Amino acid sequence: MSYYLFKRLVSMIPLLLGITIISFIVIHLAPGAPTGLQTDLNPKITAEARARLEAIYGLDKPLHIQYYLWLKRLAVLDLGNSFSTDRRPVMDKILERVPITVLINTLSLLLIIMIAIPIGVISASYQDSFFDKFTTVFVFIGFAIPTFWLALLLMIFFGANLGWLPISGIKSLNYEYLSPFAMVMDRVKHLILPIFVSSFGGLAGLSRYTRSNMLEVIRQDYIMTARSKGLRERAVIFKHGLRNALLPIITILGLSVPGLIGGSVIFETIFAIPGMGQLFYISVMARDYPVVMGVLVIGAVLTLLGNLVADVSYALVDPRIKVA
Amino acid sequence: MQRETPKHLFWRRFRTNGLAVSGSIIVLLLFLVAALAPYLSPYDPGHIDTKYALQPPNKEHLMGTDQLGRDVLSRMILGSRISLMVGFVAVGIATIIGTLLGALAGFYGRWVDITIMRFVDIMLCFPTFFLILAVIAILEPSIWNIMIVIGVTSWMGVTRLVRAEFLSIRERDFVNAAKAMGAKDLRIIFLHILPNALSPIWVSATLGVAAAILTESALSFLGIGVQPPSPSWGNILTAGKENIEIAWWLSLYPGLAILITVLGYNLLGEGIRDAIDPRLKQH
Repeated sequence: MSYYLFKRLVSMIPLLLGITIISFIVIHLAPGAPTGLQTDLNPKITAEARARLEAIYGLDKPLHIQYYLWLKRLAVLDLGNSFSTDRRPVMDKILERVPITVLINTLSLLLIIMIAIPIGVISASYQDSFFDKFTTVFVFIGFAIPTFWLALLLMIFFGANLGWLPISGIKSLNYEYLSPFAMVMDRVKHLILPIFVSSFGGLAGLSRYTRSNMLEVIRQDYIMTARSKGLRERAVIFKHGLRNALLPIITILGLSVPGLIGGSVIFETIFAIPGMGQLFYISVMARDYPVVMGVLVIGAVLTLLGNLVADVSYALVDPRIKVA
Repeated sequence: MQRETPKHLFWRRFRTNGLAVSGSIIVLLLFLVAALAPYLSPYDPGHIDTKYALQPPNKEHLMGTDQLGRDVLSRMILGSRISLMVGFVAVGIATIIGTLLGALAGFYGRWVDITIMRFVDIMLCFPTFFLILAVIAILEPSIWNIMIVIGVTSWMGVTRLVRAEFLSIRERDFVNAAKAMGAKDLRIIFLHILPNALSPIWVSATLGVAAAILTESALSFLGIGVQPPSPSWGNILTAGKENIEIAWWLSLYPGLAILITVLGYNLLGEGIRDAIDPRLKQH
C-alpha cells in the first residue's frame, strides 16, 4: 500500500509543476499592473515612484526569473506577501481561511453521498415508478438551476420572509455571549443554507449517475444468479448490486472536487463566509497577484489530493486492483 | 422495402422523444426572442426614470422595474441576446480547440498523445471557476473576454471525447485504404476520420452551450461579467441581491430565464444523443 501511495505521490509532481507554470503565465500576461491601483488613485505620483514600487514587488525582473524565485520560495511554502495594505504573508492569509471552506465542502460532499446514492438506488430498483419520474425531473432542474439564484431565493424565503435563518456570515454578532449549546446552534443555523446550496448541483449529478450505474449492474448475470438462489431483494440490491455500482461512483466523486472548490467562490461571496473563495474574489478584484496565485495553486493541490483519495479508496474497495 | 437511412432513423427517434422535442422548442423560442428583441420589448431597456424605481410587477411593467426605473421585461428580452452569443462563441472556441487537440492526440499517438493528454490533466486540476475568474479580472471584464476565457478553459472534455473516437476509427479499414492510396495525414484526419466522429461532438457542444450560459450568468452576477448598463440575466440578478429585502421580482425572473434556457439546451443535447445511438441512453 505504501509503495502504491508513494508512486501516486511521485506522479503528482509533474502535474504540480504544470499547475504552477500555467497560473504564473496567466497572471503575468496581464496588461494591468498591480501597482496601477495605488498609482491611478494618486495623480501626483511620478514615473520614478512607480518604478520603485515595481522594484519592491520584483515586477521589474524578467518573467522566468520571477517564476524561478517564486518557485524557490514555494518549495519552502513561502508564497510571498500580499499586495494589500496589510502586507501579510499569503500562506497565513490562505491557511486561516482553508478550514471553513474545507468544512463546508466536506459536509456538502457527505450530504450528497448520503442523499444521492439512496435516491439513485431506489430509482433504479423501481424504474419508471412515480418516485423515479419525480427524481428525474428533480435531476434535470438540479443540472439547470444557477446555484447563486437558488441561494438568492432561499435567502429571500428563509431569511427575509420567514426570518428563520441568518443570511450572511458564519456567526451572530452576539456569538461571544451565548451559552455553549447556543453557540453550536448558532453555527449550525449559519451553515444550513450554504451547505444546502453548495450540494444541490452535486445531488442531481450523483443521483443520476448512481441510477444509470445501478441499471447497468442489475442487468448482469451475477444479479440473476443471486436472485435465483433465493436471496432477499434487499441483499441482492445492496450487497451484490450497489457494491459493484459504487466503484465508478468513487471516481466521479474525486472528479467533482474542483467543481465544489470553484463553486465556493459563489456561495462564499453570496453568504459572506470568510473562506478561501471569498478571499479569492477579494484578491482578484484588488489584483493582489501573490494571493491570487496562492489560491489557484492551493485550489489545484486540493483537487490533486481529492483525486488521490479517490484513487486510493478505489484501490482499497476493488480487490482486482493490486496495490502491493 | 427501402432501407431506412441513418438520417431518417435519427429524425424518427428524435421526433418521438417528448423531452427532446420540448428542448428544441425552448431553444427555437429563445432564438426568436433574441432575433426579434427590439420589436418585442415594450419599453426602451435603457430608459431611466427614477420616479418609477422598484415598482412591483403590474399592468404597465409585467415584470416590474429595477432600481433605476427601467422596465425589467425589456431588459430580460435584450439579455437573451447575451446568453445566446456567449453560449455559441464560447462553445465554438472550446469545440475547435478540443477537436484539433483531440484529433492530433488520437491520430498520432505516442509523444504527441502523451504531451496533449498531460496538458489536459493539468488543466483539469484547476477549479475552472478560479481560473476563469482570475483571467477575467486581469483582462478587464467585457463580453468578448468572457466568451474567450470560457472557451479557452472548457475544451478538455471535447479533447478526451475526440481522442477516444479517433483511437477507434483510425484502426478501421477505410482509414487503412486511404493511407494505402497515399492520402496525406491532414486529409485523413479531416476528410476521413473527423466526419465519422462528429456526433459526440455535437452532443457535447449542445450541453456545453448550457454550461457556458450558466458560467456567464454567475460571472455577471459577481460583477465581473457583462458590465452595466448592458443588461444580462446575471447582472439583473445582482440588482436583485442588492434589493433582496424589497424587490423579489428582480431575483425571480432572470433566474427563471436562465433555468429554462439551460434546461432547454440540456434536453436538446440528451435528445440528440439518444437519437444518434440509443445504446448510449442514460436510462
